Amino acid sequence: MIDIVRNVRLWFAPGEVRREGDTPDYRFSLANERTFLAWLRTALALIGGGFAVDQFLPDLRWAWRVGLALALLAAGALCALRAVNHWVRCERAMRRGEDLPVSRFPALLGLVVAVVAVAMVAAVFFGWDG
Amino acid sequence: MSGAAARTAAERDPGLQPERTRLAWRRTTLSATVAAVLAVKTALAGGVPGAGAVACALCCACWLGFLWIAHRRIRGLAAVSEPAALVPPYAAVAVICTVAMAGCGAVLVGSG
Repeated sequence: MIDIVRNVRLWFAPGEVRREGDTPDYRFSLANERTFLAWLRTALALIGGGFAVDQFLPDLRWAWRVGLALALLAAGALCALRAVNHWVRCERAMRRGEDLPVSRFPALLGLVVAVVAVAMVAAVFFGWDG
Repeated sequence: MSGAAARTAAERDPGLQPERTRLAWRRTTLSATVAAVLAVKTALAGGVPGAGAVACALCCACWLGFLWIAHRRIRGLAAVSEPAALVPPYAAVAVICTVAMAGCGAVLVGSG
């Protein structure tokens, strides 16, 4: 938890990341940036998916529709926050010459997406009004 | 002569990292555009009551903020041959825009 607070402070303080360690090869930093952007696209896709569920499954019962849409929107927000946090951690690890941080988030997100997909299939099959 | 050749080789990154990063930003703005268009569709379908209109306007503002930060970063990447790393405030602005879009989406979906 303290780690998270410290990382959040780092988001807004560009100088502090640079104070530690040595600047890595710019190509490594750019690769880290592209990974961050890929996660951000994943987050945006989840958010878009939330809107799409709400708009393009109008025959679904209200609770199912709004529940699925909100779950996807929440997953998108979480994914975006995690993207910037992981980016800062990788950047710091590279400057210090440490191993890159490992994470169980990809596995977790995979599970959540699978559960949402199964729920969506179930909703489309059984959740029609009437 | 060999020195000049070596310098040219160093200047030209065979992996085209800055270009790839620039295109990654472009793809990301495209994703943000899709999300914003879907948000506007949700707002229009909801008949635009008060909260929905405000959330829709906020979504558009977030999208513009995203475009602005991406534009600045793309220009920074294009300006020099060995661009500096992304600074945290840029990443933070991009993520805040994304999270705010999700928040507005929750309001739109809930009120629609």
